[in-house]
This record gives sequence, structure tokens and C-alpha cells, in this order.
Amino acid sequence: MPQDGAFLRIHQVAKTYTARDGSSIQALRAIDLDIGEGEFVTLLGPSGCGKSTLLKILAGLLPRSAGEVTVQGRSLAGPSRALGVVFQAPVLLPWLTILENVLVPAKVQRIDPPLAAARARELLAMTELTGFENRYPFELSGGMQQRVGICRALVHDPAILLMDEPFGALDAMTRETMNEELQRIWQERRKTVLLVTHSIPEAIYLADRVVVMAPRPGHIVEVLPVDLPRPRTLEMQNTPEFGRYVSHLRGHFRAGGMLTA
Amino acid sequence: MGRGSSLLAGAVLPALMAALVFGGWEAAVWFFAVPKIVLPPPSAIVLALIEALGSSEFHWNLLITLWEIVAGFALGALGGLLLGFLVALSPLAERLVYPYIVAFQTLPKVAVAPIIVIWFGYGLSSKIIITATIAFFPLLANTIMGLRAAPADQIEMLVSCTATRWQVFRMVRLMAALPYIFVGLDVAIVLSVIGAIVGEFVGAKAGLGFMLMQKNFNFDMAGTFAILVVLSLIGVALHAIVQTVQRRVIFWMNIRGDRPVSL
Repeated sequence: MPQDGAFLRIHQVAKTYTARDGSSIQALRAIDLDIGEGEFVTLLGPSGCGKSTLLKILAGLLPRSAGEVTVQGRSLAGPSRALGVVFQAPVLLPWLTILENVLVPAKVQRIDPPLAAARARELLAMTELTGFENRYPFELSGGMQQRVGICRALVHDPAILLMDEPFGALDAMTRETMNEELQRIWQERRKTVLLVTHSIPEAIYLADRVVVMAPRPGHIVEVLPVDLPRPRTLEMQNTPEFGRYVSHLRGHFRAGGMLTA
Repeated sequence: MGRGSSLLAGAVLPALMAALVFGGWEAAVWFFAVPKIVLPPPSAIVLALIEALGSSEFHWNLLITLWEIVAGFALGALGGLLLGFLVALSPLAERLVYPYIVAFQTLPKVAVAPIIVIWFGYGLSSKIIITATIAFFPLLANTIMGLRAAPADQIEMLVSCTATRWQVFRMVRLMAALPYIFVGLDVAIVLSVIGAIVGEFVGAKAGLGFMLMQKNFNFDMAGTFAILVVLSLIGVALHAIVQTVQRRVIFWMNIRGDRPVSL
């Protein structure tokens, strides 16, 4: 165990791209963030602030230019079984059934098939997808497909769930339902979650802590603990406490000129 | 109402159109007294076709040409598929082999056919090889394109759960290539009919192309047209077989309604 008990530690992580003309573009500058085990952290910021870049670096899909990422003290280099990733689009394979799609990571990691199948069915039941195991992705709605994506990210029982604007493509109503459901899943499974979003209410509703990021180059502006009781309800969004968090966060984007209107 | 009009368009109109075309053809031949060696009337072609279907000589030649088409197609398609995999997977192979393949493809196969006949003789093997050279390229090009067509997000998803290069290939690239490979098969099977006939024209002792030449020499126009009808039916049937297999194999494409462009 690391001395200070950080479960996922992001230390001085930076990302610099080299442009075609040889000049370098700094996407992320010296990101420091410690996340505790079982904590739900949301990364909030406008487009171009590097929040998705940071998530891709954590997922091992992008090499970092500097810094270190450790999980339970062990350095993270490249994709890891300790992680489950949920993408912006569901990214289901159209030629596989729902059950087979959920089992993709288990197949890749050669997890004992009966064990994996049992876990997949359990996850599908938890996300109210029982009965759809043998359907194909095109037979499901967008919200259902994204739920399948979440099941897939959890099937190999990772310690950390990385979510890159997972509900960004869904309509507002479905999105609220999915947020409720995600909170429930998190409370049942107690995963460490890092979720990227550009919706202020979503960031507050889900998070133990909201990490606010700003662009040019991407850096952390504030880490805001959200002290609202769990389980949170959608009605809670109309309370003055919730409103105070919203206006505080919105202040950041106004002051930085990151948000117009 | 909508149903009635679709039935009209689906069955009645095509039948009417056919009656108009063939009836008009028949009438024109009689009316203008066109000589039989210039343009036979449809009725004469049908009679010639019935006569051919009953003759064992025709059966034998049909079997030979079918064998040339199918064997040449299989050989060329398999070669194109294998080389396509090699080129798609190895940048070195692409740089070494691809220029030659493109250079070969620009040659008209009809011009190469006489050489192949000299090398492989007047028998079946030269026709099979000519057909194979024609069926080869559509498979090669489509396999290469297909193996590179896998969506980046699907590959990223697999990589994020620690998939190896081989696993990504097997679980995504191969499946994403299938629609392209089927387009290649569809083009190749239709071209294979042409390949076999070209081969027989250059030099053969049997086959429908050989029969066609004979009938042509004898000014048996109705017989010539009857064989043309058979050749086009062979093409249509083989195309339909490929389409049926395609619908079963890449079922997810047909339901989504975004099936790839095809012949």
C-alpha cells in the first residue's frame, strides 16, 4: 500500500502532441490527482480541456509525455485488467449477441467461461437487461446499448471504472435515468469511478469530488468535494444546496471565459 | 392502396414490360423480314434452347464450362484472399508485392490468355487459370480494404481490455472485413463467367464458349443466342448464390439496412 493510501494516483502527468509542422501543442500540464478506493470522481470541463485525453492516458490508449500513474502503488503502463472503460458511444460489436458483447473482455483475458457467463448474466440482471441476452445490438435502444457497455466494462471485475462522457449521446430524460442507475450500480459494486462529463448537474449528482479542468493547456482548476447525502435523488437537484454547487462551478467557467451565455 | 400499387410494380409491370420487349422483337423480325442469320426472333431462340437442353452434347459442354468457372473462381478467390491478408498484415509485403500486382492487373486478361493457353494447353487447366487471374484481383483489393476498415473505436475498445494484436485481428478486423470480402466474391463470380468464355475463345476443344464459336461459324444465330441466354443465366444464378450466402454470414448488415454496395 502507498504511504498516503491513494488508490489511483496521477502524478505530474502531462501530454504534448507534436503537430504536423513540428511545433508542439501541450494538451495536459502537470496533472496531480489522488483518488481513494471506492471513490466517485467526476472530471468536469469544457471541450478541449484535456479531460478525455487524461482518461485515455489512464486507460492506456494514449502514451503520456511525462508523469506517472499508479494503482495501489503499482505503476500503470498501457491497458490493464484493473480497469474497465465505458466509451462515449456504446461500441458494441454488431455481429455478437448482447451476452457475447458483455463477455468480450472475459474472452480477451481468458477468464473461465462459465464463471464469466454467470457474472455477465448477473450484471445484465442488475441493469434490467435480462431477456435480451440473445438479442443483437441493433435490436436495442441507445440507452440499453450503453447499459450493455457498462456491463462489459464490469465483467472482468476491474477495481476502477473509467467513463468517458458515457451518456453524452443520450437524450436528457434517458440521461437522468442512467445517472440514477449508475449511482445504484456504484453503491452495489463500490468501484472506484472516474467519469468525464461536461454537464455540471451530472458532475455534482454523481460525485464525491468534482475535479474542474480548464483548457490551454489542460490543467486542474479546483477539486470540489460534494457533501450531499447518498443515495441522491433527482429531486435533490432542486434543493438550494445543490443549486449552490451548480452556481459555484458555473462561476469557474464564466470567470475563465470558457463558457459563453 | 399502397399494397395494390406495390403488387402492380412487383409483378404485373415487369411481366408487361417483358411482353412488350419480346413481343416487339418478335413482331419486328417478322414485319421487317429480318434474315435469320442477322437477328433470330425470340421464338426461334426458345426452340433452339429447348433443343439444346435435350442434347447430351450441350450437357457435357455446360458441365465443362461450369467446372472452369467454379474451379477458376475458387482458385483466384482463394489466392486473392490469402495475398490480401499478407499485404494487409505486412507493410513489407505490401511494398514488395503490390506494385507487381497492380501492374499485372492493368494488363487486359484477354491479351494474356493466348500465352496461358500455350503454357497450359488446350485442356481445362488453361481455362481455369485464365478465370483465376480474373477472379483474383477483386478479392485481393477488397480483402486489403476490408482488413483496414475496422472502426477505430472498436479496436480501441478491445485494446483497452488488454487485447493483443492477434486478438484484435481475430475479433474485430476479420469480422469488419467480411462485408468487403463478399463484395469481392460477388464481383469475382460474375467476372469468372467471362474468364471461362474468354479462355475457350482463345483455344478449346469443349465448353459453352467453344460451342458458341461453332454455332457462330455455322451461322446458327438462334443457337448462338440460346447459349448466350444460358451464359447469362449461369451468371445470375452464381450471383444469387453468393448473395444468399452473404445475407446469412453478415446478417447484422442486412438488418441495419446499410449493406455494402454490390453488383
